[in-house]
Amino acid sequence: MMPDLGPYATEVLLAYAVSLGLMAALVLWVWLRGRRIKAELARLESRLNRSPNGQD
Amino acid sequence: MASLWEYANPVKFMRLSGWLLPVTALLAAGLIATGLIWGFFFTPDDYRQGSTVKIIFLHVPSALMAINAWVMMLVASLIWLIRRHHVSALAARAAGPVGATMTLIALMTGAIWGQPMWGTWWAWDPRLTSFLILFLFYIGYIALWSAIEDPDTAADLTSVLCLVGSVFAVLSRYAALFWNQGLHQGASLSVAPGTRMDMTYKLPLYVCMTGFGLLFLALVLAGTRSEIRARRARALLTRERARA
Repeated sequence: MMPDLGPYATEVLLAYAVSLGLMAALVLWVWLRGRRIKAELARLESRLNRSPNGQD
Repeated sequence: MASLWEYANPVKFMRLSGWLLPVTALLAAGLIATGLIWGFFFTPDDYRQGSTVKIIFLHVPSALMAINAWVMMLVASLIWLIRRHHVSALAARAAGPVGATMTLIALMTGAIWGQPMWGTWWAWDPRLTSFLILFLFYIGYIALWSAIEDPDTAADLTSVLCLVGSVFAVLSRYAALFWNQGLHQGASLSVAPGTRMDMTYKLPLYVCMTGFGLLFLALVLAGTRSEIRARRARALLTRERARA
């Protein structure tokens, strides 16, 4: 149930929306970037392992 | 007991962070959700601030992490400069965007709270100004990492920038004490006698602060893992090009 925020409802809700939005964007960015880099590395490793000179 | 320096080894760091990351992420999500729901729905309005007191559950933890992130980056940068452990430089790099976001949240929630309470969104107050400069240092730090191609040179230069920026991280924390002027009040939480805040607000605030701390840890662990993988990819590409 929504509490009565009185005359400052806009400010309080805005502060929560901005903060949670920024945190969600940060978490999403870190997660997506991590997934992209992991996939790129896996692709690169499999390509190098396939090539005749790719093995150490 | 294993030495801390063992985790400067990327393989050991990846192994440790592999199980630590989901644990910290889950704990962070649980504590932040608990603290914010508690603070938003179950705390009373303040007799002077009204319902704007609920902004404290976002403002104080984010401001705390904004400063602590820079301190963590400082320690990691010093380890890089002195001992040349790559994981520490990469951890500092991973902390940059997290610290910048926390600083931005602190600045924005402060401005939103300040408008009805102080009658202005912004004032060139010592603490506000030092926080803004800290944010600009974060942006500069992130930009410097991206601008330099050689990772070791980038780590050296960003470490020096981090040392310089530490002045503003300290100022952000203690500005209200150094200059007894400006709009921003002193510390909301203090171990000194004559406590400033009632337990009704303190308990959910502690929960939020712990949650934000764990969120920072989880994001830095995730970011460092990505940086280690990106570094390995760069090394493989360089080796491939050398062979071609």
